[in-house]
Amino acid sequence: MSKRKTERLLSLVVCLLSSQRYLTATQIRAAVPGYPDSFDAFKRMFERDKEELRELGIPLDMGSNGPLDEELGYRIPRQRYVLPDIRLEPDEAAVLALAARVWRRAELAGAAAGALLKLRAAGVEAEETSQPGIEPRLTGEAAFGPLWEAVRDRRPVTFAYLAFGRSEPQQRRLEPWGVVNRHGRWYVAGHDQARDAVRVFRLSRIEGQVEFSGPRGAVKVPDGTDVRELVAEWDSHPAEQQTAALKIRSGTGFGLRRRAVRDQPGGDGWDLVDVPFGDAAWFAEHIASFGADVIVTEPADLRDAVITRLKGALA
Amino acid sequence: MTGPPAHPPARVSTSSDRLQRLLALVPYVISRKVVGLSETAAAFGVSERELVDDLNMLWCVELRAPDPYCPIDLSYEGGEIVVSQAESMDRPLRLGVDEASALLVALRMLAEVGQVAPVPGLAEGSALSRTIAKLEAAAGEAAAPSAQVAVQVDRHAERSVAAQLREALAAGRRVHLSYYVPGRDEATERDVDPMRLLVVEGRTYLEGWCRRAEGVRVFRLDRVLAVKVLKVAAEVPREAEPVDIDSGLFRPSPTDLRVVIELSPYGRWVAEYYPCEEVTELSEGRLRVILRTPDSEWVRRLGLRLGEDGRVVGPAEVVADVRREAGAALAQYGTAGAAGPPGSPGKVS
Repeated sequence: MSKRKTERLLSLVVCLLSSQRYLTATQIRAAVPGYPDSFDAFKRMFERDKEELRELGIPLDMGSNGPLDEELGYRIPRQRYVLPDIRLEPDEAAVLALAARVWRRAELAGAAAGALLKLRAAGVEAEETSQPGIEPRLTGEAAFGPLWEAVRDRRPVTFAYLAFGRSEPQQRRLEPWGVVNRHGRWYVAGHDQARDAVRVFRLSRIEGQVEFSGPRGAVKVPDGTDVRELVAEWDSHPAEQQTAALKIRSGTGFGLRRRAVRDQPGGDGWDLVDVPFGDAAWFAEHIASFGADVIVTEPADLRDAVITRLKGALA
Repeated sequence: MTGPPAHPPARVSTSSDRLQRLLALVPYVISRKVVGLSETAAAFGVSERELVDDLNMLWCVELRAPDPYCPIDLSYEGGEIVVSQAESMDRPLRLGVDEASALLVALRMLAEVGQVAPVPGLAEGSALSRTIAKLEAAAGEAAAPSAQVAVQVDRHAERSVAAQLREALAAGRRVHLSYYVPGRDEATERDVDPMRLLVVEGRTYLEGWCRRAEGVRVFRLDRVLAVKVLKVAAEVPREAEPVDIDSGLFRPSPTDLRVVIELSPYGRWVAEYYPCEEVTELSEGRLRVILRTPDSEWVRRLGLRLGEDGRVVGPAEVVADVRREAGAALAQYGTAGAAGPPGSPGKVS
């Protein structure tokens, strides 16, 4: 946007905001400097300007001042333009400044900064003076931007997804219901159109672009949907229903002993340790990481799974 | 693959930014009656020269109808800005959906953080809940879509650990930590002078001056086995540089090992969990990653854990280490090292 265009848009906003009445295109052209002389060229430029104002979130009303007006006019309704009054106490303003920093590394950094600017313009003193002693940050993820737009505008999307353990990505069609950051990782939950079922996807496994595949407002989020709950369920570990009997070399295996229900000397420099577990595959990997310091006595399938891991590491 | 985007989405200066700035500038001054040029430039993140350009543009706004008139009158003589006439621009534009959502999602995340780390301002009924309520009211309709984004912070850390560390921070006390280092499978004992609590990638950390390492270290709270607040004042040396969390918590040192690992589709999680220096797609969903770490024992454990899902290919001494340990472990099961599947060069595929 050139300086001239910025000047023209600024004049346009002031003109439409100051007017109590709807102004026709002709009246606007007469009042706002900077439009071209040719009426067609003016019309095209004015259309683009209106779009630009809408993108900035400036409300633009169309209407007529009375039944005798043949041509529709425009104005910016002040009531819908202005930020309602907001007064923050110093401790509240400090929390707000902390919140604005949360996105510093992630996609909504610009939006957070823009919001802070408007709040400051409303008189809020959100300076970074008070140090609360804690600094939270969200991490960025390339797919977040388009998925947030899709969720916000209720649009279906399509993307290539490399599911866990797959060698090729698959194209997925999703009606997204919400985006969740759980324990530092981003997920999207929604209705998978091809599978006609609720699905959760991890954003880091989306390959390439996320494309919109339908119009705004096309996605209906079922009443009572709790996307946090959907993602938590997807991410949850099975309950600890089994107990492994392990031999752990004395003075090692601390990470396993932390969760032990029994830990006693077994002679010859080994201890007998019982550890409950839920997810056998994960637990086998965990035990394998201790190498020759841990031997599984029982159950047999866990023992076999650990042996397979170790053979894999040797190969 | 993971980690921060190559170009952090910082404030980019486009001209639609400029229009937004111009619309915010007038109410910013009016709400403060008189305000200094330099202070205003800092608040808007522009130079004083850019700010003066903005003020001149506002002052020059002129409408040709009904007859030419200048809706905005302002001055910035002596470095002080005063707006004497502002027509209908005296209030800022309302928050857009993205703006309201960015702040509301972050504020609700702070509420989650407050559950894990009892920071006074973030407790229930505190400044935080008041701020959320006021912002929701001011944002109006624009606040609604923010409910579609949620942040959940890992709560594995003991609440008492966070409470004690917070107490030590507030009182400026040194702490004694029993800290589990999974890479070496050890519980370590050390005295630490606390600096800050950090919440990054959903996990809570203590940043402090470690008196054992004589350097700034970060400790994951869920690995703190025990804390004791000592009756000694914390002494963070002047040379202690806080970690720049916006460029990543963990930065490699030039003396680190350069570890190369080839991963099968089932081992790709490594690239999601650890910051990689390099990630290369191989055929059939396989991946080659390069990691930096000072700790060869950590790499050995990762190699053993991965089994056939990944293969450490360098450096050579770590490769040998993984094989030696796997062989020793298998021998204890009465399974000779030679029992590996015959002729399997493509283990990773």
